[in-house]
Amino acid sequence: MIRVVIPYHLRNLAKVGEEIELNIEGPVTPRSVLDALEERYPMLCGTIRDHVTKERRAFLRFFACQQDLSHDPPDTPLPPEVVSGAEPFIVLGAIAGG
Amino acid sequence: MSKARVLVGTRKGAFILTSDGKREKWEVSEPHFGGWEIYHVKGSPADPNRLYASQTSGWFGQIIQRSDDGGKTWQTPDGGPELKPGEMPKGESNKFVYDTSAKPLTTHQWYDGTQHPWEFKRVWHLEPSLNDPDTVYAGVEDAAIFKSTNGGKNWQELPGLRGHGTGPKWQPGAGGMCLHTILIDPSNPERMFIAISSAGAFRTDDGGKTWKPINQGLKSEYIPDPTAEIGHCVHRIALHRSRPNVLFMQKHWDVMRSDNAGDSWHEVSGNLPTDFGFVIDVHAHEPETVYVIPIKSDSLHYPPDGKLRVYRSRTGGNEWEALTKGLPQSDCYVNVLREAMAVDRLDSCGIYFGTTGGQVYASADGGDSWNAIVRDLPAVLSVEVQTLP
Repeated sequence: MIRVVIPYHLRNLAKVGEEIELNIEGPVTPRSVLDALEERYPMLCGTIRDHVTKERRAFLRFFACQQDLSHDPPDTPLPPEVVSGAEPFIVLGAIAGG
Repeated sequence: MSKARVLVGTRKGAFILTSDGKREKWEVSEPHFGGWEIYHVKGSPADPNRLYASQTSGWFGQIIQRSDDGGKTWQTPDGGPELKPGEMPKGESNKFVYDTSAKPLTTHQWYDGTQHPWEFKRVWHLEPSLNDPDTVYAGVEDAAIFKSTNGGKNWQELPGLRGHGTGPKWQPGAGGMCLHTILIDPSNPERMFIAISSAGAFRTDDGGKTWKPINQGLKSEYIPDPTAEIGHCVHRIALHRSRPNVLFMQKHWDVMRSDNAGDSWHEVSGNLPTDFGFVIDVHAHEPETVYVIPIKSDSLHYPPDGKLRVYRSRTGGNEWEALTKGLPQSDCYVNVLREAMAVDRLDSCGIYFGTTGGQVYASADGGDSWNAIVRDLPAVLSVEVQTLP
């Protein structure tokens, strides 16, 4: 079971709680996690990754296990702690504004 | 008695203000889509309960929202009641993908003069059809026009606009390269007018298949050829439904008028204290009565002398009178953005505008006197009004 945390506004949009649990078959990577997330909550399509290019939106970051994974290639395996469900994969909105 | 419903988009959510026909007491809704930028909310003329909203965010991109009950509840258009229990909306209603049939036109001019690919950023303006609640147009940044014929579930670009031969010369203004104005001719649904900052104004006479620039007579000293076919920073266009060939324009500088559906323009700035501004609108029952709000520029973008004044011309331009009763006449340094003025159609025409200071002002007497119907909203991006039975 993969645990995923998404920002407050996206939780409201998807009508979900603080944490989402996903079953993923095969390699657990940022791409496979986001594919599974969008398949289950299609209204999130385009909000984390561009609709067409699938590039991460510029003001969002991907964190796990106290590491910034935002710039890793999307098929990079996520840490074992994320795969085991001990740690969440976090989609975080960049801090900005006043 | 008729009612007025004012739809306000702000930097941090949408608000719906309602009043009876007297327009003295207003109810202000709780924020809708709190925390999101709401660039525009507009109701369908064919079904006033059908509202469309552009919800956008630098973080999360574009969301289109729709209400079928006058703004009480909202949903993404592909998440309507036709969904089976447990089925999720597909996210298609948020998908604005440029039509690649417009190739080889895939770039426009960037700030540094180089060519830059078109990149969708947000929806600035939603214009529902005059007679079909399920048909709606979207003006977007980077400048293009999209159309939905199924209540916003899916969007298709009308590529003839971006495919116009001048496209590679279009360039963004300071606010981005946005298509912010869409006017549908009430007498001819095949004819529409749009405006882009800073490419200029365009017109279609065939329902959006082909477009022509309508900028003859505009003069912009901030471009190399001040009378060029395109490149003018048009801020807003307005028309009166009884005379759709007469257009009024607030340009970056200059208030302009056309009497031939945009084929040519002449300046009607007249005695305005400054001819810079963003909004312009026309009285609902008097086609020669026009409203603007002069703003000091080029970089200040607040009212001259700290006085918030609406200017009214009853002569179709050139002769303007300052309307100040009820508006702050000292220490006022707010801006009024291009989408933030509207008029209702009640017997005594109501005029509304919103400010970056979060006030929405209303006049129930054609501009003679004003009241702040709400004072402390987030910065106002857009104001629309519906006249309800």
